[in-house]
Amino acid sequence: MATVTEKLEGMDVWLYHGQIYIPNTFSAGAVGSRFLIELRDKKRIMGMRCPTCNRVYVPARSICKDCFEQLDEWVEVSDKGTVLTYATDYETKSIQPTGSPIVYGIIQLDGADTGFVHMLGEVDPEQLRVGMRVQAVFQKEREGSILDIKYFKPLA
Amino acid sequence: MANRVAIVGIGQTYHTSKRDDVNQPEMVAEAVRSALTDAQLSIRDIESVFTGNMETFEGIFLPDHGMAAEIGALGKPGFKVNTGGTTGASAVAEGFYMVSSGLYDISMVIGFEKQDCGDTTAAISAAAVPVWAKGAATGAIGEFAKQALSYMEITGGTEEHAAMVRVKADKGACRNPYAHLKLGLQSIDEVLQSPYLVWPLRLLDFCPQSCGACALILATEKKAKKIHKKPVWLADVEVVHQEPFRAGVFGDPTGKETYTQHVACEKIYKRNNITDVRKQIDMAEIYEPSNWEELNLYEHLHFCKKGESWKLIEKGITEIEGEFPVNPSGGVISTNPIGATPVIRVAEAALQIRGDAGEHQVTRDTKTAIATALGGPNWTVMFLLKRSL
Ligand SMILES: [Zn+2]
Repeated sequence: MATVTEKLEGMDVWLYHGQIYIPNTFSAGAVGSRFLIELRDKKRIMGMRCPTCNRVYVPARSICKDCFEQLDEWVEVSDKGTVLTYATDYETKSIQPTGSPIVYGIIQLDGADTGFVHMLGEVDPEQLRVGMRVQAVFQKEREGSILDIKYFKPLA
Repeated sequence: MANRVAIVGIGQTYHTSKRDDVNQPEMVAEAVRSALTDAQLSIRDIESVFTGNMETFEGIFLPDHGMAAEIGALGKPGFKVNTGGTTGASAVAEGFYMVSSGLYDISMVIGFEKQDCGDTTAAISAAAVPVWAKGAATGAIGEFAKQALSYMEITGGTEEHAAMVRVKADKGACRNPYAHLKLGLQSIDEVLQSPYLVWPLRLLDFCPQSCGACALILATEKKAKKIHKKPVWLADVEVVHQEPFRAGVFGDPTGKETYTQHVACEKIYKRNNITDVRKQIDMAEIYEPSNWEELNLYEHLHFCKKGESWKLIEKGITEIEGEFPVNPSGGVISTNPIGATPVIRVAEAALQIRGDAGEHQVTRDTKTAIATALGGPNWTVMFLLKRSL
């Protein structure tokens, strides 16, 4: 942590510049882990259906937001879907998964009732539009990460 | 006049070091379902949901972010509080205010912490105020070691007394199905052989890092009697604030004589005409991250005269079968899922009043109990619970 002083009308005042380091290990849980394993091993995008309201959640989750049902009905949804909205970022930072420009999209996959947040690729920013049909492109080397889907590309 | 408030549902998860099988929201949902089952209510009956969690301890911001489903909060009012060690107690106080004010008839409060996700001491130290605290950041252990030293110096209590408190806690934990550490300690020698962390605090003198959640359902008098055949009344609540980095206030430079506990007791005992605590109150669930702190708290909460708390443990007064049981659940030193910990204090006191504590039910018939919490900023939250008003 660097300590610097800055002048304030004839006296020094102290500012503390620092970076906070907090280790963490986030548990995906059994349901989240199975979702990731299906991506890694079978390139399948899995959702979970609520038996009460019939909604399909993607990514899969274990409890229905509306019904409070404990969910266990796994369903595979399509790797194709529709862009509901998007945003293009030309000033990316190191925390983000790819370089600039990065196009984020909310995609409703065919068979899902929820929006799926991911990136759009192989697309000219000029051609982007809401309602665009897209398809998942998987990484060759997959490790059980949401980024095992490289991005969604426009369907020809 | 405020509305009367009762606890009508109690639920907790089992507590342990690691819960790889669930993510944090899923773990919280277990406590929520358990409280709903106890109250025989549906999630739709819950009007508002208040949560408590020590943000940064799991290494993520807004841990309640993805949790609307798991706590049944979709479309309902509610928010999260974070007040350090007292977090869960602040959440219970918040639920109490909401129901007693008449805003809601039925509210749920939930405390949770999944400590396998983060590093509590790293978070406390890394994110401490740079000017006054960062250079001396020792996490909680150093703080309680200092308290232990002051305790020995001032009262003449010894490491043997602290070890007796530790063995008592373990006896309770071994009888409590939800407790985390169940060591099966046979004698104080096992405690006295454990290595020092920060002298005079030993490994066995300090709480574990636990994963767990605890939920309470609170209701107005009118609803409470319909919901549960044994409602437990939250008869009084006091929340007292302080600042952490200038511990020595009012002639107490060591910070041992915790000011906020003094204020909380003065107010609660006065309002409820309590002059002889051990006679008028039947048991207590207090917030003791260390056995040494439990000895301190006996004095601060007026369970005994100043300097005499070690006599209580020597005489077995605070044992499960004793005259004034303290922390029959095994307490914080056995189980500490931070945000949930103070909610568990209230829950356990309520279970004792209901007579539903099972194997760790105290011998003394419990009609009145107190539950307390303390935390990093030296805040105190204190509750008075009763079987009938
Ligand atoms: Zn549903």
